[in-house]
Amino acid sequence: MAAEFKTAQPVEYYKQFLKEEVRPDGRELGEIRSTILNVGSISTAHGSALVKLGNTTVVCGIKGEFASPTVEEPKKGYLVPNVDLPPLCSAQFKPGPPSIQAQVTSQLVADTLLSSNLLNYEDLCIKEGNMVWVLYCDMMCLDYDGNIIDACLIALLAALRNVRLPVVTIDEDTGLAELSSTEDRSLNIVNQFAATTFSVFDDSILLVDPTVEEEDLATGLMTVIVTQDGRLCNIHKPGGTPLSTDQIQDCIGRAQTRAKEICSLIDDTLDSIER
Amino acid sequence: MTSNPENNSSVEIRPIGSLQSCISKPDGSAVFTQGDTSVMAAVYGPGDVKPNKALMDKATVTVTYKPKIGISGVREKALERMIRNTCETVLLTTLFPRSSVDIIVQEIQDAGALLACSINAACLAMINAGIPMKCTVAASCCMMGKDEELIMDPTKEQTKDAECVLTSAIDSSAHSLIASSMQGSCSVEQYHKLMSVCQKACDKVFEFYREAMERTLSKP
Repeated sequence: MAAEFKTAQPVEYYKQFLKEEVRPDGRELGEIRSTILNVGSISTAHGSALVKLGNTTVVCGIKGEFASPTVEEPKKGYLVPNVDLPPLCSAQFKPGPPSIQAQVTSQLVADTLLSSNLLNYEDLCIKEGNMVWVLYCDMMCLDYDGNIIDACLIALLAALRNVRLPVVTIDEDTGLAELSSTEDRSLNIVNQFAATTFSVFDDSILLVDPTVEEEDLATGLMTVIVTQDGRLCNIHKPGGTPLSTDQIQDCIGRAQTRAKEICSLIDDTLDSIER
Repeated sequence: MTSNPENNSSVEIRPIGSLQSCISKPDGSAVFTQGDTSVMAAVYGPGDVKPNKALMDKATVTVTYKPKIGISGVREKALERMIRNTCETVLLTTLFPRSSVDIIVQEIQDAGALLACSINAACLAMINAGIPMKCTVAASCCMMGKDEELIMDPTKEQTKDAECVLTSAIDSSAHSLIASSMQGSCSVEQYHKLMSVCQKACDKVFEFYREAMERTLSKP
């Protein structure tokens, strides 16, 4: 009976639950799904991570390649993020060119990387004006159950911290690069960040970490990206229900708590791998 | 419409101007300029919709963003999504089920605050088209420089050495935040300062909408 009611009148179905301050999956309104993180699972990549946020699964692989730096910034390497939402992960994505959702998410990840000062890009320099590292960060969604942005950013950050780049020496005579097979180094991540997504149900109720059903029914979505030390990195609100200053302040507070949790989760996971 | 970037003091937005019903075919159109930034928007609708895109309970809103040069890429898709959702929030889409509202936004010149200018142009075009709306929406851009000085409606040159650039769209009834996007980072207090400056700038735009409409409607 419940299944038919849910299909026929999804909004009413949700209202019945939300009246009792609980969501259909048993969570409270402000509760985030359990987050599971695994790093270094892809051996062919320089760094990798797999994140499960409830059912949402994102795997991120980072591959370093040599590239010439830009003329304006001869000492800086760069990161190229890409979010892939293949048909495998949800029925709403079809084969072919990247969906709008994938493009918008990629752009948001790229903007966040630019504005967060995550790492010193000069660390990626091999030879000034000649050769730098370019890190291709591919995030692939395996199971799409809402809140893809949070999952992608956790996966990206964990994978970046997992990166081991071989030490490169340039042969003076031939000018060729030689990779060291024994020595490698990790990236110096200066500034960590984490995102928290909120969905607005029925123009009034704020839900944290929405599932795909909640996102479809939402009258508005907002993602707050906060760095580890509590600075705001982005308040991404692509339209939807207008929110008052008090509501936004509430969301920022929750995002700051969440960012600390995420950063310590990543720290713990990396520690357990290294041991 | 010319503006001098030097003249752009920190508390004033650049001179704004508009031109309405500038093209004949759309149901509503407007050119919105903020300083040297200029955007043209056109609205077709409510009109026919492709059967596979029709929604049973409301109108389908689409936004097409055309950059000045080149073809649209990922950045433009992100802008489109932002403008579309913002316009859909203020439109009374439930009045026109199984129909479409198409908004076309053409960048004419980008001299900073492009997203804000695009949203304002789209809103003015919707007012010009006479589509029923809940309220109007205005967007503004504000930046914080290296030594924490706030600059309202910065030019492209000014944003180059910005710590944080905030674009926010605000509705005219409750003055709450509809859309927001940010580049760079700032503390929470600084964010609230930026927001209050944006609010003031948006109020100016709301006033301007009223003046612009009065001017257009009082034409002989």
